Amino acid sequence: MHMSTLLIALLTAVIIGVFLVRHLTAKPWLTVSQPDDIGPLQIPALKVGLWAFFACITSLFALFITAYLMRMDPNHASDWYTISKPGILWLNTGVLVISSLAMQWARNAEKSENIGGLKTALAVGGLFALAFLGGQLIAWQQLKNSSYFDIANPAVGFFYLLTAVHGLHLIGGMYVWGKTCFRTWRRTTIEKGRLSIELCTVYWHYLLLVWFILFGLLLST
Amino acid sequence: MAYVAIADRDHEHHLHDPQTFITKYIWSQDHKVIAIQYGITAISVGVLAMILSAMMRLQLAFPDVFSFITPNNYYQFVTMHGMIMVIYLLTALFLGGFGNFLIPLMCGARDMVFPYVNMLSFWVYLLSVIILMASFFVPGGPTGAGWTLYPPQSILPGTPGTDWGILFMLISLAVFIVAFTMGGLNYVTTVLQARCRGMTLMRMPLSVWGIFVATILGLLAFPALLVSAVMMILDKTIGTSFFIPAVLSMGESLDHLGGSPILFQHLFWFFGHPEVYIVALPAFGIISDLISTHARKNIFGYRMMVWAIVAIGALSFVVWAHHMYVSGMNPYFGFFFATTTLIIAIPTAIKVYNWVLTLWQGNIRFTVPMMFAIGFIFTFTHGGLTGLFLGNVTVDLPLSDTYFVVGHFHMVMGVSPVLAVFGAIYHWFPKISGRMFNETLGKWHFWLTFLGTYSIYLPMHYLGILGVPRRYYANGITDFIPESAQTMNVGITIAALLVAVVQIIFFVNIIWSLRNGKKADSNPWGATTLEWQTPDTPPKHGNWGPELPVVYRWAYDYSVPGQSLDFIPQTEPHHGHDSVDDEDKDKK
Repeated sequence: MHMSTLLIALLTAVIIGVFLVRHLTAKPWLTVSQPDDIGPLQIPALKVGLWAFFACITSLFALFITAYLMRMDPNHASDWYTISKPGILWLNTGVLVISSLAMQWARNAEKSENIGGLKTALAVGGLFALAFLGGQLIAWQQLKNSSYFDIANPAVGFFYLLTAVHGLHLIGGMYVWGKTCFRTWRRTTIEKGRLSIELCTVYWHYLLLVWFILFGLLLST
Repeated sequence: MAYVAIADRDHEHHLHDPQTFITKYIWSQDHKVIAIQYGITAISVGVLAMILSAMMRLQLAFPDVFSFITPNNYYQFVTMHGMIMVIYLLTALFLGGFGNFLIPLMCGARDMVFPYVNMLSFWVYLLSVIILMASFFVPGGPTGAGWTLYPPQSILPGTPGTDWGILFMLISLAVFIVAFTMGGLNYVTTVLQARCRGMTLMRMPLSVWGIFVATILGLLAFPALLVSAVMMILDKTIGTSFFIPAVLSMGESLDHLGGSPILFQHLFWFFGHPEVYIVALPAFGIISDLISTHARKNIFGYRMMVWAIVAIGALSFVVWAHHMYVSGMNPYFGFFFATTTLIIAIPTAIKVYNWVLTLWQGNIRFTVPMMFAIGFIFTFTHGGLTGLFLGNVTVDLPLSDTYFVVGHFHMVMGVSPVLAVFGAIYHWFPKISGRMFNETLGKWHFWLTFLGTYSIYLPMHYLGILGVPRRYYANGITDFIPESAQTMNVGITIAALLVAVVQIIFFVNIIWSLRNGKKADSNPWGATTLEWQTPDTPPKHGNWGPELPVVYRWAYDYSVPGQSLDFIPQTEPHHGHDSVDDEDKDKK
């Protein structure tokens, strides 16, 4: 649990740093002017919601990773056998990087009002994300057909578990991507479309970062 | 531009006006209706859990009388009682119920910022309850693994419900967590984003602070339960060995060679201890508001109360292993967790002192909500102090798994939050329904519940010190347990049944008052906070009429010297120099 403790401590420190020091020292019972308060944040609610969601799923992934490290502790785990990871994971990583870059391209195109570029970039981003998911399924199949496959080996169990959890989050992202595409092609509400492109892009980058961490963990153990 | 309410911006916030009966009361996106939906569902399932506890008590007092309570049934009752009360009643009621009702009203918003997701949150919660209830009807019945669901026993033959019950439980928990996350993101974002003009963070009532911090805890802690539930589902269904060690089951060696049951315990309690505060922090906040309002006195040490809520929330993540002192952990580990556990007593004690100091020289009105609030101070202090015993490793070891533990946690997170719930329902009932409840029935309800629960749990501490173990179907004949312990068990059961029955008074009062209660004023308690300043009682969809309220002061201006009334609503401007507009000018 060390990592998650560290994470929570870090998050808490940030919260305390931001709120306690700057804002929670007000004396609301006085009738004179109050020290500055952040008031409602001057950013869209959806963005705040997404960052709160990031906090939540960061905790989820951190706990999965902590469980992974605790389970493979050599003092206890006599049944942990390192497995050879399917080579296609490297290709998948590249595909996900392209997907993330394409989403960033979409965001930039939106900013510069380049509608054609935006549509192309969104399509590329989504298709490469789909290709990543397909590639992960192939990786699953490859491991299943290999001699390493033994579901009682926790290394195998965790491989499937971590990739599945990451993949499910990407599938959730694909739903929002679909909605964003729908809006972009119809171009009815520009403002809302802009926000969902931005949030989609941030989410894609976040999931890429998570994948780097998970992939690094899988490769190094 | 310091305070621009999000709710004032058309493109940010669309109110979905209900058109039909279905959109108004069933697929409603109104936070008040969703709050009531959460409340009714949670209380219904809580009544079931109370009936289960009555069955357990009957078995303990009269071990040979009830043939339908088999050992398997007993464990199933214990498990379902615990899980329902902690998760499906208290968490859902405090956050889904009171969180939904109070946050927008107390912050001056028209609704939650994501009303559709809010509606979805309730329906997914209901689905989790249905899945849980379905486990009563599957072959083998619900799981009897204890609410902590420790593997390997929870998924291996021998424990009741290992075929289907445990799966239904785990799936239901996973679904609940999805529902909670949808609600939780709403509560946090609404508090941060949808406060009205002038409502600074430090002008928020403590109820909102408690719910806000508890929600953050939930968003960070529930993933631990999700992780453990998912891994256990995989262990059960496809044969992974995350938690199942090398073990003999029914005389046969299983394929597993080295899973870690302790890993499950760490994950479970990393969720489980913050869960205590997910339930306690909203109760703290509500009790603060109740005491201040009904003692006609500003809350003592408001800033310290806010800091204490934040500090307790942060510390609650570094005490989890005090639930695991007997798991064979490294003694230094125990030392660390005992220390953090004792440290958390400091902000908690600050809160208790501040409640008492708020009462000191207050103009105390012994209304029904106030009686429940004062009752809470007693039961919570009691439960908190016995927690100090159990937080110390050396004292915990002999008391572990005895009735002392049962007495402790029921006082601190059973009775106390339930008293807060009752106090809160009585307090906000006039606003929710537009009617007053019957005061006499309310007082009967309080005294019988308060004294009754003390008669249940105080003797349990004594049983625990004698060494009577918890979770046993029947104690049988043992050398170290005197026969008088059984007499005490009978007494406890009688008290428990009495307390269960007197809850009927509460339901009768509420249902009767809904139709026949005296019409309530918009602010019958003379309270300062925004929910009592709505143009309509009960508040209509959108809460505030055409204009959002503007807040000029904190939530605790009671008995201000030189004022004709003993309260000043938050919407009342300061006469003279200071107003929100002045503040805006200052900033410009």
